[in-house]
Amino acid sequence: MIRFNFKKLIIVILSTLIFIKPLFSAETIDPIKVNWSFKELTGKFDRASLQRGFQVYKEVCSSCHSMQYLSYRNLGDPGGPEFTLEEVKAIAASVEIEDGPDSQGEMFTRPGKPSDKFKSPYPNVEASTVANGGAYPPDMSVLVKARPGGADYMYSVLMGYEEPPAGMKLDDGVYYNKYMIGQKIKMASPLLEGIVEYSDGTEATVDQMAKDVTTFLAWAAEPELEARHKLGIKVIIYLLLLTILVYLSMKKIWSRIDSEV
Amino acid sequence: MSDHEYTPKSKAGKWFNDRLPLLTLGSHLTDYPTPKNLNYWWTFGGILTFCLLTQIITGIVLAMHYVAHADLAFGSVEHIMRNVNYGWLIRYIHSNGASMFFLAVYIHIFRSLFYGSYKSPREVIWIIGLLIYLLMMATAFMGYVLPWGQMSFWGATVITSLFSAIPLVGESITTWLWGAYSVDNPTLNRFFSLHYLFPFLILGLVILHIWALHVPGNNNPIGIDIRKPSKDTVPFHPYITIKDAFALLLFLIIFSGFVFFSPNVLGHSDNYIPANPLVTPAHIVPEWYLLPFYAILRSVPDKLGGVILMFGSIFILFVLPWLDTSKVRSAVFRPMYRHFYWVFIADVLMLGYMGAMPAEGIYLILARIGTVYYFLHFIVVLPVLGLLEKTDPVPMSISEPVLSGGADPALAKKDYDKI
Repeated sequence: MIRFNFKKLIIVILSTLIFIKPLFSAETIDPIKVNWSFKELTGKFDRASLQRGFQVYKEVCSSCHSMQYLSYRNLGDPGGPEFTLEEVKAIAASVEIEDGPDSQGEMFTRPGKPSDKFKSPYPNVEASTVANGGAYPPDMSVLVKARPGGADYMYSVLMGYEEPPAGMKLDDGVYYNKYMIGQKIKMASPLLEGIVEYSDGTEATVDQMAKDVTTFLAWAAEPELEARHKLGIKVIIYLLLLTILVYLSMKKIWSRIDSEV
Repeated sequence: MSDHEYTPKSKAGKWFNDRLPLLTLGSHLTDYPTPKNLNYWWTFGGILTFCLLTQIITGIVLAMHYVAHADLAFGSVEHIMRNVNYGWLIRYIHSNGASMFFLAVYIHIFRSLFYGSYKSPREVIWIIGLLIYLLMMATAFMGYVLPWGQMSFWGATVITSLFSAIPLVGESITTWLWGAYSVDNPTLNRFFSLHYLFPFLILGLVILHIWALHVPGNNNPIGIDIRKPSKDTVPFHPYITIKDAFALLLFLIIFSGFVFFSPNVLGHSDNYIPANPLVTPAHIVPEWYLLPFYAILRSVPDKLGGVILMFGSIFILFVLPWLDTSKVRSAVFRPMYRHFYWVFIADVLMLGYMGAMPAEGIYLILARIGTVYYFLHFIVVLPVLGLLEKTDPVPMSISEPVLSGGADPALAKKDYDKI
């Protein structure tokens, strides 16, 4: 009996579909693939890179970009930059936080505490938009998760500033970036050689800073990543062992009757 | 249904059971005679029950921390992810759980289509199942709105706007659904309320689904009725429970792979951008499990026509038991249907792919062909096939020709000739 295999037909159709996709989606350039330490199944963040990345965020990004869902205490959490408690307290105390009202009904400012949320550079989205030429600098808390391509895309945009191709007209305050969707971005290249001075002696090249700050942003978006990977390995091993035991029990139970499982 | 009388052994048990026969029910469930030739495609009923309970339990915990307000919802989800103990785990189980639930339900439905489980005398089981499926889609859609990201907001806008296609009263119905003049805080509030309610309605329907199943009993891979219960069936416990447990564990390994190692791969990155009514995303796409219907919706140039076809593509399933004219249930003995079955699967997968692509050029043409074929399968292929198809000989009973799993029709024929 000839069995015309329709399962093969499905495979053929699906693989054809995969091929027509690239033909029709131009517009964006694929981001640079970076071999991040946090990518694989057991991936972890590079602690030193996270600390340097925080420095880049604090000294460069944070003048425009908020990070409202993080607290200073998170900087000392396991699986993060793991600053010491003293360092976290010092980082928090370096900003002035508005608090209140006090018993007199007045608002007052005080030095930040580890329990405070990261202080935003602007009081609201509108203020931040108007101060940045009409383009809102997005909050960075989950930015890596909010872009297709994630960390690779983030890094690529930081590295993607180039002279615009001949004939491309750019308005004032608009920059050419080959990885940005539409190739136009309203943020000037934020990283310049030596814009920060790393305390651990690492040379602050643009590439180094871009990698460090991207690592930091990836952690900020997924602070649970290390705990998740660690627990995931345990869960899968447990499930595999249990599956084997249940499989053997099943075989034994079904052997009582003349049927197969 | 109860071919044996159950009497509790203990005196207290008997006293209680005389007043509320819960123990009788329990004994019915464990002893329930199940065809012994069920293959692994039959384990998805148990897997689905597990999925529903997982969604309910994780959902109840999430609701303890979630805030259903347009200004606070996005932040409260981040609060769950960052500050609630194992909040990230609970949320990722819930969000990936929805996808796993649909994966399992699609396998369950396509199993029914292959083995003809929807046919007499199981039409009511099939119809209750479809009602569950409809409620699942509504629940999942509303759940996706709750994080109040860009895709939440714009997905809600697109789907609720479909109702505005209804002539005369469309606009009023849409406003009534929204509770405002656009998708806004009142919409979010009612979606949260209904998202919490619907799973319990599903649970009620699941009980009816199982009740209706226990009247005629399970269908099976060769699709014939039970002739000799003592030889053809096994008690549900321990035979089916252990097999279901094994399949569930395999399913859980895949589930865990998503939850722990790529929790966001099934979602859309735009949903990590807070909802903004002033900025429309470049491509508004629903979750993967709704894509075939989205493709059907967009394949029709007329809005009302698209809405009718989209709902029609689901409602046509309700009359499937009467559209399929073949007397033979299982595709194992239907050589022609077997081929059309795979073409239909390919068609649905293709529609799903087209739903994810922009509705233009070659994508639109393929989506239109796929839509037409989807309806042809039900309206033309199935009724005609039942009349034309020469089916293979069906065995007399499950135990006579010892068939396991994918039965070989030639073997069945041999046994049939002997009988």
